Amino acid sequence: MAMFKDVLETVRMIEKERLDIRTITMGISLLDCIDSSGAKSRQKIYEKITRLAENLVKEGERIENELGIPIVNKRISVTPISLIAGSSDDLNYVEYAKILDAAAATVGINFIGGFSALVPKGFTKGDRILIDSIPEALATTNCVCSSVNLGSSKAGINMDAVKRLGEVIKETAYLTRDADSIGCAKFVAFANAVEDNPFMAGAFHGVGEAESVLNVGVSGPGVVKRALEKAQDASFGEMAEIIKKTAFKITRAGHLVGTTVAERLNVPFGILDLSLAPTPEVGDSVARILEEMGLEHCGTHGTTAALAMLNDAVKKGGIMASTSVGGFSGAFIPVSEDEGMIEAVECGALTFDKLEAMTSVCSVGIDMVAIPGDTPASTISGILADEAAIGVINNKTTGVRIIPVYGKDVGDTAEFGGLLGRAPIMPVNKNDCSVFVNRGGQIPAPIHSFKN
Amino acid sequence: MRAVVTVIGKDRTGIIYNVSKILAENSVNIEDISQTVMHDFFTMIMLVDMTKMSVDFNVLKTALEEVGETIGMSIRIQHEDLFNAMHTI
Repeated sequence: MAMFKDVLETVRMIEKERLDIRTITMGISLLDCIDSSGAKSRQKIYEKITRLAENLVKEGERIENELGIPIVNKRISVTPISLIAGSSDDLNYVEYAKILDAAAATVGINFIGGFSALVPKGFTKGDRILIDSIPEALATTNCVCSSVNLGSSKAGINMDAVKRLGEVIKETAYLTRDADSIGCAKFVAFANAVEDNPFMAGAFHGVGEAESVLNVGVSGPGVVKRALEKAQDASFGEMAEIIKKTAFKITRAGHLVGTTVAERLNVPFGILDLSLAPTPEVGDSVARILEEMGLEHCGTHGTTAALAMLNDAVKKGGIMASTSVGGFSGAFIPVSEDEGMIEAVECGALTFDKLEAMTSVCSVGIDMVAIPGDTPASTISGILADEAAIGVINNKTTGVRIIPVYGKDVGDTAEFGGLLGRAPIMPVNKNDCSVFVNRGGQIPAPIHSFKN
Repeated sequence: MRAVVTVIGKDRTGIIYNVSKILAENSVNIEDISQTVMHDFFTMIMLVDMTKMSVDFNVLKTALEEVGETIGMSIRIQHEDLFNAMHTI
């Protein structure tokens, strides 16, 4: 039996510090659902998802009860739909999104990811149709999440995709204008996308993955903050050690949940993603961890260094705890989902440019940032290109989930509700970059990609 | 299968009696008990064996939570594996 104080520590982490399993995400390959008839293909997709994930929610809830640790989300990721739908004659893939939505509703999950295309080096016919279908797909479904991988360290950056996706984001914002352009919150543009990420909106089941796997995303910013609170005079080395130890414990809890759920569903356990993912609730903020290190507000000078140390220490603790660590495993900095980030933006401490700098040292990118609705598509493409460049050059994943909130401007706030939170509209640079974006073609792969 | 029962709250008479009564009624054996009282604050941890348990885990959990509400304590029951995973290498 674990020692008295260990038991109490775990109970406190769960009850007071919001330790939870953020998501169990079942990855399902749809490669065997390919059919020249779109209708037949969609029928196969529905049947396969509802068959394999039939007990996902039930088993998730059972384990939640037995272990006494909350599992906040039960989700599904599937093979990128552009690969599945490409062999059909369909000229629009919105129906594929609708069938994913229907399957998600049947099995009782809250998000399904994989309305995706992988285009770092160019488009197939299916990729183009899928990308064109994104705005309508996101506007007409509830649970479907979409992503596009537009660059990689091996291939460079597909600037045609960058240009087109700027327009796609604007169209999505317009089509979901009645709900503060919420459709854009369900879309991520990646560079170096990972194939086993359990977190939405960017989860998809890569083609190199098994038939079906169970991936787990663990969180716990509150636990890390509390651990640091107790060590006010700690040096950087000591802080890193505290974060590592905390990350270790959280990861072990996630590993146990993942392997247990996988065993009961009779699918292999995939990976564990230990990412400090904030929620809008007080006490569940990544920004507050950075502030705990001694910053007046997140976004001030020193923030990038603080985030770099946090991200690195989290990874080190996680890797020691589980051999199956994958996905992003670091710290997320979604503005609308983090109470501390929201406050930092509102008081002027955190700017768009600082956020961009922060993304060069943490696990994702410009995430859940609301910008003025009249921002030109080319400016959004410029933002996508910058983030992709950070990822491609630094051999890391970067993503952009940005919301040009239709009809709103700096000074307004977008309300998304639930886990997506609320976002003060942030100003962007108003200087034009359309000539740059319109050049088209490919930014070549960086020199360090030639390792063969 | 073993589980850990955690009882936390303001000290009063009959806490162990009330908790162990529920456990005994459902054929759950207590293997170990540790408790401490600090400034009127009572904390107890029990390691219990559920091999011969006569009800479903959720039924026991609900029964413990209900008795907890009655006597004004927070009572949790969690599978032992969670603590072993988090605190041992």
